[in-house]
Amino acid sequence: MSEGFEELCRVRPIARQGMITLRGDLSAKAVKNAVTGVAGVDMPSRREARHVGERAILWMSPDELAVLVPHEEAAVAAETMRSALAGIHALVADVSDARAHFRLEGDTIREVIAKLAPVDMSPAAMQPGMVRRTRFAQVAAGFWLRDEATAQVFCFRSVADYMSGLLRTAATPGSAVGYF
Amino acid sequence: MLTLQCPHCGVHAEETELTGGGEAHLKRFGPGSDDDAFEGYLFLRENPKGVHFERWRHSYGCGKWFHAARCTVTMEVFGTYTAQTSKPPQDLLDRISEKRPGWRWRDLNEPA
Ligand SMILES: [Zn+2]
Repeated sequence: MSEGFEELCRVRPIARQGMITLRGDLSAKAVKNAVTGVAGVDMPSRREARHVGERAILWMSPDELAVLVPHEEAAVAAETMRSALAGIHALVADVSDARAHFRLEGDTIREVIAKLAPVDMSPAAMQPGMVRRTRFAQVAAGFWLRDEATAQVFCFRSVADYMSGLLRTAATPGSAVGYF
Repeated sequence: MLTLQCPHCGVHAEETELTGGGEAHLKRFGPGSDDDAFEGYLFLRENPKGVHFERWRHSYGCGKWFHAARCTVTMEVFGTYTAQTSKPPQDLLDRISEKRPGWRWRDLNEPA
């Protein structure tokens, strides 16, 4: 972006984010313990994202969670979860290198996301601490609101360049709609 | 624009986040069935003007299948319900009967 213009929000790729997918019975105590144990974050309920610093647990579906930890901890964390869940019907996969993450920061993140995803971004419908899986333009993506002015977007790494372009275009200086 | 609430994750998903799965509550007739039954399973579908029952998948979301009842004329959505059933729940049928007296779909008729 050229200097002297204000983007609608800051778009920053998160270079190295650890991410572990867990599928299983989310009501099972062993599953809850395995996930909260490595994440150090409370168990989210439906459509919630709980985070403390760079650690988070995202509710992805009725039988799927995503656990975010620092990249260098991901492999060990996945192994810890796997051994905690030995003998239980569950799947743990370290998908750190298969995903790309972006941080959006600014007062107009709702507007930037609303340009790209068919999601009701009104403050009443989409609140901090909520996660949503959807599409951004033509690719599958998910995002969660860390707080009122910070969103984290993730997608398959194979479409990271496309996503980066999308987000920067939606945040182009002078393109504010002023809806929210 | 069609918006359906996914009964699994509660998201109000917009049509482009969903994948249509065709008519609901089909009974499969495979090898060994007679020709008429097999033809019916493969090819014969309702094409209603009004109340219709369909399968949908929340593909750009939680990934789960579910059922939806809607009106093909007005696009009104009567409700969505689990995929783990072979017929619509009674409270949904009652709601449809209130809104569309005399409706009919396959062997699902308005209760007398
Ligand atoms: Zn869903």
